[in-house]
Amino acid sequence: MHTVVLTKGVPDFREGQVSFDDDGHLERGKTPTVMNPNDRHALRAALQTKVRNGGTVSLMSMGPPGYMEVLQEGMRDVYADDLYLLSDREMGAADTWATAMTVATGIQKLADPPDLVFAGFKTADGETGHTGPQTEWCLDMPLVTHVISLDIAEDEGILRAKRLVEGDVEEIETVEAPLPAFVVADPEFEPTYRRADHRLRHKDLRETAGDRADEFGEYLDDGSDLDPTDWDRFTMWDHAALNLDPDYIGLDGSPTIVAGVDPIPKAPSEREATVVDPNDDAAMGGVVEELAPYAGGD
Amino acid sequence: MTDDYEHYEAVVVGAGPGGAAAAATLARNGVETLVLERGVDAGSKNVSGGLIYAEESSPYTIDELFPGFREEASDREVTEHYIHNVAGREVKTFDLGELHHHDTEWADSVLRRKMDSWLAREVHEMTRETGGGLLTEVRVNGLLREGAEIVGVTCDELDPIEADVIIAADGVNSELARDAGLMDWEEPDEWFQGVKAVVDMPEGAIEGRFDVDGDEGVAHLFSGDLFENVRGGGFLYTNDESLSIGTVFHLDSIADERAEPQELLDNLLTHPLLTDWLGGEYDELEYSAKLVPDSKKVAHPSPYRDRLLLVGDAAGQMQAQGPIIKGMNHAVTAGALAAEAFVDARSRGDTDAAGERYVAKLEAEGVMDKLRPTRYRTLGKLGEVGPVASAMDAVTDSVVGRAAISALGDRAESLFNSPFLMGMLPDTRMGYVTVPTVIAEELGEPVDGLNTVEPPELDDRIGDLTYDVDEGNPHIELRDNAFAASGTAVTACPVSAEDFGGGCYRDEYVGTNGTEEHVVSLDTQPCVECGTCAVVADTDWTHPRGGKGVEYERG
Repeated sequence: MHTVVLTKGVPDFREGQVSFDDDGHLERGKTPTVMNPNDRHALRAALQTKVRNGGTVSLMSMGPPGYMEVLQEGMRDVYADDLYLLSDREMGAADTWATAMTVATGIQKLADPPDLVFAGFKTADGETGHTGPQTEWCLDMPLVTHVISLDIAEDEGILRAKRLVEGDVEEIETVEAPLPAFVVADPEFEPTYRRADHRLRHKDLRETAGDRADEFGEYLDDGSDLDPTDWDRFTMWDHAALNLDPDYIGLDGSPTIVAGVDPIPKAPSEREATVVDPNDDAAMGGVVEELAPYAGGD
Repeated sequence: MTDDYEHYEAVVVGAGPGGAAAAATLARNGVETLVLERGVDAGSKNVSGGLIYAEESSPYTIDELFPGFREEASDREVTEHYIHNVAGREVKTFDLGELHHHDTEWADSVLRRKMDSWLAREVHEMTRETGGGLLTEVRVNGLLREGAEIVGVTCDELDPIEADVIIAADGVNSELARDAGLMDWEEPDEWFQGVKAVVDMPEGAIEGRFDVDGDEGVAHLFSGDLFENVRGGGFLYTNDESLSIGTVFHLDSIADERAEPQELLDNLLTHPLLTDWLGGEYDELEYSAKLVPDSKKVAHPSPYRDRLLLVGDAAGQMQAQGPIIKGMNHAVTAGALAAEAFVDARSRGDTDAAGERYVAKLEAEGVMDKLRPTRYRTLGKLGEVGPVASAMDAVTDSVVGRAAISALGDRAESLFNSPFLMGMLPDTRMGYVTVPTVIAEELGEPVDGLNTVEPPELDDRIGDLTYDVDEGNPHIELRDNAFAASGTAVTACPVSAEDFGGGCYRDEYVGTNGTEEHVVSLDTQPCVECGTCAVVADTDWTHPRGGKGVEYERG
């Protein structure tokens, strides 16, 4: 069983981490990059598959060389075996479509074709939720989205999943799909390990993967003589390696046109506020006057 | 029965010394062995007084099963052993070296988190090679049966597991022993309750204050009038960089006297005798408690049913040899013998015979006679009959008794050192309170020193413990909250007390329709899982789910 997990580095949107310029634009250079939070659900789904069904997990991302740290983080979390980074300047500023084209080509180039591809539910920066399904379209695999639990019947060549269907009332739908398949994990995905042998394998993996991720960290250290690309489980492909035409990837290959950027509203604590004394009749009258237009539902 | 259940040749429940010994012996014999431990780490649910013994007469010792044990997992070798008879400030000390060294190859002080987690790592490596392994945070909650026959275990966190043998080393509160009908929690007089404080020692303080070398330790025991007539005593053991100070009392005595266990511990901590040992600064690292089975009454003579074999506390295998308590070494021996019994039975193609073989080995190796000494059954038990006990107590405290003790002088020390006499000592007030008090009064010297120790309040002791509370899923339920049925828990629970609202049990008066009822309320959040309330109150008691509840850092 070979599983590929797609992951992306996104700005760390936690309080105190984000830097904006005077125009309210995000300063990526000053904002740390972290793994897209929703990708962790995909990682957990892949880990469950590896623990229960065995096999290997490959992590793949498209982005600048700094994303290697995101991959390393994923390696520690999902006990991944191989890391793939699709990276060069021609791939920069890609929209979801150009990204999907590039990533799908990377997946097709793998020597061991995947039985399963996992993606997270939308990124924390773009929030479109497009890249996973568009990649699947390029790969022409069955797509199962909003997956909250998963079982792989390898001998039958199928996956059985429960997926969350949001509507007026949330429903849980049970589906089957033939392998290979593309799975988008829902934030409510919860891995389950109800067998002792699964937990024991999980424990084995935790020990070996921790060592491997630490070892990888040594290669990232400036003091090391080795380049990260010398690590035999790490592969970096540029557009030439993927045989991709620069006109169809990156900014040139992106049909999306950004019409404008709205400034991010200030946090509530930074908004102007007037303190009103409830015993001050005149001031309270002003509050009532302010609220009156909304009383009728306007 | 479904074919989908996982199957292991052996499932060992609990990763204390008994479980570890069983698992190691099974693994060495190539038995596919799965070990299930409910704590976040082995030892995180365990408490011991603090000494593990290697007996010369025992077929198995922990260091033989686990080479490197003493270097890696234990603290100090205890080479000196004393008992202090106390009456107020009067103290008469006897050297218990002879009793201590009887049948003893060595005895080391231990802290359970350190010891058990080391054992667990060794066990995991050994059992992994058999196709099994050790898992933490898994609570085995009962027995899997096929018809009426026990064939495996059920768990909170895993699907049921079948096994050819189940070795229950799940401690004094064994749910498996109860499920099999091999243990009940009905009688307080079948149990002791231990309460312990681990106290920090500055570097070099142990060597300086106890006059021992860097790798040697000392044990001090205490009895007499400093425990308010409750039957039991105190102990102090030197660890590498801390002291284990605690008390062990008969649970029925604690219940009858409405004693507060933490206050009895404080009586010991604040006695002048401890002034020099504790020094000016008292830094209590951990407060803990557990029940201890009185093996003389509850060591099960036939601790098995179907494929289930009980070892250690789960089988009541804890020996109180007068003032010396030996539990962990018996758990080690029993665990290894249970494993050996299964291996023997398997090699003869008759795994169902493991239980019978285990019982035969316990008898043949002399374990059962240590746990339930014949001389206690013939003489000691007689001394516990009410009128006899009262008469013996009165004689000891009489002019005649005092004169006899005065005449004995330091020759009394040799009586304390007699394993024969200690083995048939009745569990009465006479042995724990009257004799030591009279000895101190007749033969003792006053101790100097002003003990300035201020033990922490109970809420601070509870507050310093680590808990992972299982919100909305309490592991204890009161079946009868009437004070008459469950009120004893308010005082006997080591994390509850009268007029203390922050513990497990509180007594309350509830007015309903013009009447007022005296009832007990329960909050399981501060529970240290000792099981006291399961015996003295009317409760449904189970362990918390895997990894939940209290987590001891030292134990």
